Amino acid sequence: MTAALRTETLRHGKVELALHHLRAATDDTARPLLLLHGLGEQSPTEAPEWTRGWPGAIVALDFTGHGASTLPRGGGYTAELLLGDADIALAALTDGDPERSITVAGRGLGAYTALQLAGARASQVHGAILTDGPGLAGGPTGPTSTSYFSLATNGQTPDPYALVELSRDLRPPDYATSFVRLALAGSELDEPVAVASMFRPEWLNAVAGEHGVIDTTLGEALELFRTG
Amino acid sequence: MTSTTSDPATVLPYPGAEHPPREYDLDANGVRIAVHEWGNEADPPLMLVHGGFDFARTFDRFAPLLADAGWRVVAWDHRGHGDSEHAHLYSWDADMRDALAVFDHVTPGAPAPVVGHSKGGALMTQLADAQPHRFTHLVNMDGIPFTRRVPDVAEHERTKMMAKDLAGWLDHRRRIVDAQRKPGTIDELAARRGRMNPRLDTEWLQRLVTVGAYESDDGWRWKIDPSMRFGGFGPWRPEWTLMRMPGLSMPFLGIMGAEMEEMGWGTPPHKVLPYMPAHGRTEVLDDVGHFVHIEQPEHVSGLVLDFLGNAS
Repeated sequence: MTAALRTETLRHGKVELALHHLRAATDDTARPLLLLHGLGEQSPTEAPEWTRGWPGAIVALDFTGHGASTLPRGGGYTAELLLGDADIALAALTDGDPERSITVAGRGLGAYTALQLAGARASQVHGAILTDGPGLAGGPTGPTSTSYFSLATNGQTPDPYALVELSRDLRPPDYATSFVRLALAGSELDEPVAVASMFRPEWLNAVAGEHGVIDTTLGEALELFRTG
Repeated sequence: MTSTTSDPATVLPYPGAEHPPREYDLDANGVRIAVHEWGNEADPPLMLVHGGFDFARTFDRFAPLLADAGWRVVAWDHRGHGDSEHAHLYSWDADMRDALAVFDHVTPGAPAPVVGHSKGGALMTQLADAQPHRFTHLVNMDGIPFTRRVPDVAEHERTKMMAKDLAGWLDHRRRIVDAQRKPGTIDELAARRGRMNPRLDTEWLQRLVTVGAYESDDGWRWKIDPSMRFGGFGPWRPEWTLMRMPGLSMPFLGIMGAEMEEMGWGTPPHKVLPYMPAHGRTEVLDDVGHFVHIEQPEHVSGLVLDFLGNAS
């Protein structure tokens, strides 16, 4: 395996995030492609083969408690925290310029984050691609009697608290679709979200049925957002 | 672990308020949690849980009244609040787990009565549903959310989102790396808090500054982690707390202030009453706001003590 070109350290509050620059842009005017890993995973060490035709930089983020990012003490993970992680990466990749944009592709839990980022920063996310991966399902869609326990940690990522807390985060379908509507309202694209997964948990099935979402393959989605 | 509790010599006096005679820190899965106790250590424990953007020492007036009736009153500062550590992360689940660390230390293997205010009431209502074996009684003081957005829950979740709310929250997250609370004099911090707590008297608010803030070269700053702020968003629905109430098995007392105010949860009492559990009731206090135990400490402690019965 080839090591990343370089790894940049970003700050999100008290957490240091590792942003791996996997491949330089072949076209300096092209948008970066940000890769978001799944639950319990970490960023790849080299640009995946399927990104070969992407002209912009290929960059991958380790979420809090994953890979080379900080292992927090005492848990406290939410999907919205990871959205904050992804937004810190967005700011770094666009030098804080709200006129610049990226495309984002997420696996599993990272797919959910990609959707949220597309809604929250609609004008700066030129397409979000949602693919299969760990943590795609998420947790329940309503109130439960889910309990709470301390976990043994060994000082290494992935953080067990991340594995537990982010595997059961609430994902009501109407909450997920609200991000699609925000993305559609703020994006220059007619279809800013691409669902390219085989597995469709309840929230993702609802997302796939929304106006502004294209049901496609990973390759087609990349081509669409590269040229669109 | 290092204690950061306030020096009693610098705390402004307030009629009836007492410094907790015992203060110590617990390790809650790697996060330092500050615990404050009133009453005799040998008395049966009573757990007291504060709300969001509050801290345990806001019970300085209320807790002694419970302790005088024979209870060992135990309160703790939630992570990031009061004298507890500023954690890497904050969440509802993390608060719940921190609470269990305190329960396990104070009353291992045995249930205890629990009194929660605001967010503390909502947290404990959820915990009573998830782990009922830990509760003999539950008192929820103005902590029953209905459909209104929850004002004092910083990192918890909300449903109704506006693009500007989302962007505002993310912008805040980008800025928190070097964030500090705004410094000021005791009077200035008291005035700031008074805008959120308009029904509480100035003398009380000034005392709160001397226990909930620290003094540095350029003035007093609230101890609460500056990364926390009002607002947030997410999938959680405030009414889900209400849905858990009918199934609670332990005796339940709700105490609600009839006056709606900024930090309150805007829950109309008539919306709550149909959700009372079999062994539950709710008292609605007229001309009282969200901080029922601060506005009317004698009356509210009397309600709680009457509900709990003899401590022994």
